[in-house]
Amino acid sequence: MKKMTAAALVASALVSFSAAQAEELTIATVNNGHMIEMQKLSSAYEAETGNTLNWVTLEEGVLRQRVTTDIATKGGAFDVMTIGMYEAPIWGSLGWLEALDFGADYDVEDILPAMRGGLSEGGNLYAAPFYGESSMVMYRKDLVEAAGMSIRDMDSWGNVAKVAEAITGDGVYGVCLRGKPGWGDNMAFITTVVNSFGGAWFDADGNPSLDTPEWHAAINFYVDLLTSYGPPGSSGNSFNEILALFREGKCGMWIDATIAASFLEGDGSKVTGKVGYAQSPNATNPVGANWLWAWALAVPAGTQKADAAKGFIEWATSKSYIELVADANGWGAVPTGTRQSTYDNANFQAAAAFADAELSAILSAAPGATDVKPYTGVQFAAIPEFQEIGSEVGQLMSAALAGSMSIEDALAEAQAAAEAIMGN
Amino acid sequence: MTYLARKKILEFIAVTFCWIVAFLVFFPIIWMFMTSFKTEGGAVSLPPSAVPLPGFAVEAIQGSNLPGWLGWLKTAVFEPTFGSYQTVFEREGYFKFLTNSLIVSVGSTLLAMTIAIPSAYAMAFAGGPGTKGILLWMLSTKMLPAVGVLMPIYLIAQTLKLLDTHLLLIIIYALMNLPIIMLILYNFFKEIPREILEAGRIDGATTWDELRRIVLPLAWGGLASTGLLSIVLAWNEAFWSVLLTTTKAAPLTTFIAGYTAPEGLFWAKVSAASTLAVAPIVVFGWLTQRQLVQGLTFGAVK
Repeated sequence: MKKMTAAALVASALVSFSAAQAEELTIATVNNGHMIEMQKLSSAYEAETGNTLNWVTLEEGVLRQRVTTDIATKGGAFDVMTIGMYEAPIWGSLGWLEALDFGADYDVEDILPAMRGGLSEGGNLYAAPFYGESSMVMYRKDLVEAAGMSIRDMDSWGNVAKVAEAITGDGVYGVCLRGKPGWGDNMAFITTVVNSFGGAWFDADGNPSLDTPEWHAAINFYVDLLTSYGPPGSSGNSFNEILALFREGKCGMWIDATIAASFLEGDGSKVTGKVGYAQSPNATNPVGANWLWAWALAVPAGTQKADAAKGFIEWATSKSYIELVADANGWGAVPTGTRQSTYDNANFQAAAAFADAELSAILSAAPGATDVKPYTGVQFAAIPEFQEIGSEVGQLMSAALAGSMSIEDALAEAQAAAEAIMGN
Repeated sequence: MTYLARKKILEFIAVTFCWIVAFLVFFPIIWMFMTSFKTEGGAVSLPPSAVPLPGFAVEAIQGSNLPGWLGWLKTAVFEPTFGSYQTVFEREGYFKFLTNSLIVSVGSTLLAMTIAIPSAYAMAFAGGPGTKGILLWMLSTKMLPAVGVLMPIYLIAQTLKLLDTHLLLIIIYALMNLPIIMLILYNFFKEIPREILEAGRIDGATTWDELRRIVLPLAWGGLASTGLLSIVLAWNEAFWSVLLTTTKAAPLTTFIAGYTAPEGLFWAKVSAASTLAVAPIVVFGWLTQRQLVQGLTFGAVK
């Protein structure tokens, strides 16, 4: 009896101890494939630590509004949040995010330098990349070869148009590109096209430079290409819509985020094994124009549970998490674009036909200021005003694509809108 | 043409027009319901598919050599799948959101009715020259953009530690719907002849007796329809629920918001989530449509 009582006391003490240690973390996230997978697998983290996770999945704009309100009022509603490469340095420098420092086991040096650099400010890492991406060409090898053509790395836009024309037909659209308005939607892709033609959002003096010959050439090419060989309703398509079309075998070519490749080769896709990969096309830009982006996890400054939140981020962005996904879904489905060790892994190389192309694209992305674009960022300009400018210009470019206004008018209005927002 | 024949033609035109309007109003719901049974690829394909058929029939049509004028059939058919519903149920606790919606919509309605019934009674039977002005002023608060008071309400809720609680949404929804509820109840109560109340008073009824034994039984239909309307309005509210709740008190509107994505949409999944979110209130509205219509049209024709 005494033994049983002692055992009960020890058990109850252990339970109280673990309950005292356990934290309840609220994680704000966005709805995309890898994030949803993390929610499914997070029971392993809960079992390991005793912490409980509450997930809040919100639309990106609402998430940003909620998080900024929470930070401004020190509400502490969120302990971990999902942000992009655009926000991390800006919010970090404003003091809205906790700087992240991890133990030696985490191996921060293994994170690709481009990702670490893009998520840092003033030498501090403010968000840890959950998955990263650049942009590249994904095309149907079977159709392109059948047409007797090829797509090369950093190919010319002229060849892209010729291939698109050759493979259009029989229920397949030659090229699918983003057209839905939004700074992270159509403008992410359009900016890379403009960069490849030698244009940029701002000139060397920081003035908007949208009504320029480079922008006109790029937008005319984009609209012509997509209206000639793209699917109907392209002005409503963004990443997820095109991903669905490509997986159904309805797109012959797609220039978009490298992360798409793992879904094109994944379960349920009708094009597995038929997709070729090449570096983004270029026209005149000496450093190319493939973008750089990461969805990353950060700790807002208002949280009362910063240590536990950092612990979760350490788990979710670690090498062991990537192995956990590989065990559950295979190496072809792991979140990529973050760690060199993923690309060095033989199992990943065997499972991911896109591995080399993706790594090359990420490593070759040039987010720093260049002769073509005198600001930081590839598919965005890393200044607070960009979000508003990008959204406004995105609407105008989508209208030009839909044919409801001319390209000349759209660019003239875009220039005026950008100048007004910048206070010029 | 005889008078009767002309009348029949006019009736036919009127009924057809009503059916067309009803179809147009309900079409988004039908389309959302149908999209929820498509694959993601099928949901974004143009021209859209609209004829659900079993898999073997779809394969037969798509594999056959149809004459040119029937070629459209190949893209018009699709095989329904429950894949999106499966994903939605796998991902999140739908029933938790549903329970929260029930708690806040019913709770806010009870609170609003508790305030509105005595207020409307007082205005209807003991009103003065300023009564209508007060009612109009209350109604005018509905014209204030909600975002204008977001920060004060957020800060008050935060100070009182009410963020992400049922109580906060119950209070906000009750106050939000109060002007409309009061206006409707006021009109219902005004229809009750004063003589009945006077007779009650002669028999010794107190104010409380008047309200409980005379006014409420006579206005029961109006109370029911007003309550139903309040539940529907609270159920569909999205602005406050998305901004003031996170996990514990989040209702179905937040559940749908979780299905929007940063770069485009998963149309089939968001349609499945939306169908699950609106289904309870659509069924509820269907079952109570007679009371709802009575409440909304009461006093419109005198």
